[in-house]
Amino acid sequence: MDAVYEWFRWLYDQHGINLVIFYEPYERERFVSGLMTTIYLSLACLFFSFIIGVVGAWLQGSRLRFTRQIVQGYIQFFRNTPPLIQLYFFYFALGVYTPSYDAGGWREPIIGSFGWAVISLSFFAGAFNVEIFRAGIEAVPSATIEAAESLGYSRLKTYIHVVLPLAFRVSLPALNNNLVNLVKTTTLAYAIAVPEMMYTANQIWSDNVNVPEMMVVLFLVYIVLVGLLVWGMHRWERAIRIPGYGA
Amino acid sequence: MLKRLCAILIATVAAVGLTSVAADAGTLDKIIKRGKIVVGVKADYKPWGFRDTSGAIVGMEPDLAKDVADTLGVELELIPVQSSNRMQFLQQGKIDLMIATMSDRADRRKVVGIIQPNYYTSGTNVMAAKSQGFTRWEDLRGKPVCGKQGAFYNKIVEKRYGVKVVAFVGNAEAKQALKDGRCVAWVYDDSSIMSDLSTPAWADYEMPLPTEDDNPWGIAVPLAERDQLYGRFMSGMIFNWHQSGRLIALEKKWGIQPTAYLQAMHEKFKDWLAK
Repeated sequence: MDAVYEWFRWLYDQHGINLVIFYEPYERERFVSGLMTTIYLSLACLFFSFIIGVVGAWLQGSRLRFTRQIVQGYIQFFRNTPPLIQLYFFYFALGVYTPSYDAGGWREPIIGSFGWAVISLSFFAGAFNVEIFRAGIEAVPSATIEAAESLGYSRLKTYIHVVLPLAFRVSLPALNNNLVNLVKTTTLAYAIAVPEMMYTANQIWSDNVNVPEMMVVLFLVYIVLVGLLVWGMHRWERAIRIPGYGA
Repeated sequence: MLKRLCAILIATVAAVGLTSVAADAGTLDKIIKRGKIVVGVKADYKPWGFRDTSGAIVGMEPDLAKDVADTLGVELELIPVQSSNRMQFLQQGKIDLMIATMSDRADRRKVVGIIQPNYYTSGTNVMAAKSQGFTRWEDLRGKPVCGKQGAFYNKIVEKRYGVKVVAFVGNAEAKQALKDGRCVAWVYDDSSIMSDLSTPAWADYEMPLPTEDDNPWGIAVPLAERDQLYGRFMSGMIFNWHQSGRLIALEKKWGIQPTAYLQAMHEKFKDWLAK
């Protein structure tokens, strides 16, 4: 491994290509911790936005007008405002009112910058997911739902066992798109000092004046990360395909 | 026929090549032909460069930029830059000159043409609530300290004192986070902290630590022109600001704590025949 690191040092000395994140342990640790934060942040946001989408789409079909309006209000609010402004709003406007405890001289809020990033980005992507799942639900033939009802299924059970599994298969391509966007949107979290990859890369290129190199690294890492997600989603899509249903 | 065509083609390419070289020859030429100099300054760094109530960028560095424009007899256009992009702006020709609170560092001299003499100096310090009662840098070990993305001392204090730097995009966000108590202190230039502390909003705060890593600031031109006409001209501008006491006067005008550095430079460059 050391030989690889030394090769990158040689690359800098000989050709001026400064990939400091490979040959200097301090910068390497910084970059890896940024990468890990990006991965954790992405996974957390993917999970919660998915849950929000499923629950939201169910509530949207509620018989109560009030519930439907709440969901509609939520979607309009999060879909019609830029995610960066949402992050700032959550962190600086709402963050002040969250309870905090004394951590020896400073107030450690119960929800830190990472927490706010997860909340904000999940709600942002969740709003889109609700609409994506709704499209899927509307594609389920009403005859199928009526059949389930006549077999004695309750509304919730019909949703879980009949509507959602079918709707989900229709929704997957659109969901795929939105989740790819979500992973890319996590870079915005650098604005509220979440030490993710963009944030660490920024600090590294400021310290080492190697902007082009770090830009290339950022690009490649995101291509790999998003590529993994897309690959996984496609496999999933294939695995749950029902022959003769949908595309 | 074909031969002639080829000859014309080659001649055209050569001519285009030559003219583009000629056009690149001097930023100074470009400025004078255009009748305007584009200067990159800070817009969020009171009082060096900030926006007044009308939205215009004012401050000590915009005043210096104005001096340069007046000397050249051209108009002045100010472009706000960030610590993290100012050198790229200059490299890409988006600005002709950079006067943006930049510390003169060896690695930066490889990227932009930093002009001698330096025009100011500052060091690293923190702003913290008086109630914290910090006296030594060691008091900060293991604690979260707000900072600004792209500042070179973030890494230094992290390595030297084990501080956890929480860096924001701009100073406004970093200072808001300090006020919200998300960090125990805000690490920044002592000169900028001083000017903040003189405002009533920060009455309960202080700058309690000894200033570290005093580092002169540099004005920069494109690297290739550092030792050419343009760079030499800027050297002359800065020399004159020191000798005439212009920098000391501006320091006073913008309410900046007087620095020993400017006094020393003023003495050093004093005209030996002047009374």
